[in-house]
Amino acid sequence: MKQTPSQTVGPYFAYGLTPEQYGYDFKALVGNEMVNPLERTDTITIIGKVLDGKGEVVPDAMVELWQNDGQQALFGRCGTGTDSESRFIFRTVKPKALPNQAPYFTLIVFMRGLLHHTYTRIYFPEDAALNEKDEVLNMIPAERRNTLIATKTATGYEFNVRMQGKNETVFFEILTKE
Amino acid sequence: MRFLKHNIMTTKTENIFKKIDTEVQPPLLYPEYKSTILRAPTKELIVMKRSLSELTGPAFSDFSLGALDHDLTKNAIKNGEPLGERMVVQGKVMDEKGRPVPNTLIEIWQANAAGRYVHKADQHNAPLDPNFLGAGRCKTDDNGNYKFYTIKPGSYPWGNHINAWRPNHIHFSLFGSNITSRLITQMYFPGDPLLQYDPIFQGVPVKGRDLLISKFDLDITEPLFALGYRFDIVLRGHNATPFENK
Repeated sequence: MKQTPSQTVGPYFAYGLTPEQYGYDFKALVGNEMVNPLERTDTITIIGKVLDGKGEVVPDAMVELWQNDGQQALFGRCGTGTDSESRFIFRTVKPKALPNQAPYFTLIVFMRGLLHHTYTRIYFPEDAALNEKDEVLNMIPAERRNTLIATKTATGYEFNVRMQGKNETVFFEILTKE
Repeated sequence: MRFLKHNIMTTKTENIFKKIDTEVQPPLLYPEYKSTILRAPTKELIVMKRSLSELTGPAFSDFSLGALDHDLTKNAIKNGEPLGERMVVQGKVMDEKGRPVPNTLIEIWQANAAGRYVHKADQHNAPLDPNFLGAGRCKTDDNGNYKFYTIKPGSYPWGNHINAWRPNHIHFSLFGSNITSRLITQMYFPGDPLLQYDPIFQGVPVKGRDLLISKFDLDITEPLFALGYRFDIVLRGHNATPFENK
């Protein structure tokens, strides 16, 4: 059967997909607190901007963070329209490395102007040795790999998504099995 | 003999991987839809096979829906019924092999009957309806079927070009079994004269466009209550493994 075509998330997703974050009177199923900080001591924050082809910050994007290291599968969602600097923010824990892979998050980016969502990955700067051997990172031209490595901050990591430009973030197409 | 043949076929198909279906999926850059120009990635996507972390989606059995989440005609009532034409939308969610996708979350959002979104950024000069939010959600049942009640959304102007109007539509968000089946789309209505002028809809290749148009269905229509529309959804891929990741 033919796949249902994708359409843009549009500018008005907030009250449907991220209602509590934006202050709408509708319970949210998922948010950007992927773990309870009162229950764990190893939480980190992932914070970043989505930037367009002019380098301007995108205030109406929605990003989803997916992580699964075999022990823990977590999922979070955040819009860029409520932070004063139009950033997305997640609180989670760092995933563990899978065999032959460096630890990473998958990030799905949706926004007005994207007819189909895009997938990217966030890797960690302290895992240089693992990153060097990572199968997926090695598929990417060497000069573009750094677009997927987060920067360490006091509370976690910073990761900006550049849709276009000289340092355009690497985006993936993930194959399905026939 | 039969068993052997089956085994060979299985081995063979397991090694074939598919990209997205560009016969029906829109391109990232579609300049008639102006917002794509500065937002669509320009470099080629890096093609990869999914790994364990992409194999499983969130476990939606953990999420409990509110009693009125599936009924947008009731889930935001303040002092009366929302205005507009009541409708019921029903359909089946399937994978590319036509197998039902059970127990998957569907989130929807839409404009009210006057073509106005509750969203704070929507400045269109049409009235808000105090009794209508325009957001809801439901899950598919064991056979992949879903159903929700709502008000038919109005069309509204937008800034893409002079006299640009969006056709009537309802936004849908679905997950399916894993990260590759994630889908955000829009359901349209049969016979809408605005479809031919809408660059978001026209961004879909000709072969895919009909797949986004719901069908009016008298069998779904509820007498003296609501008009029925059918909208079946096919998610990318297929997955023999159970959907829940536990």
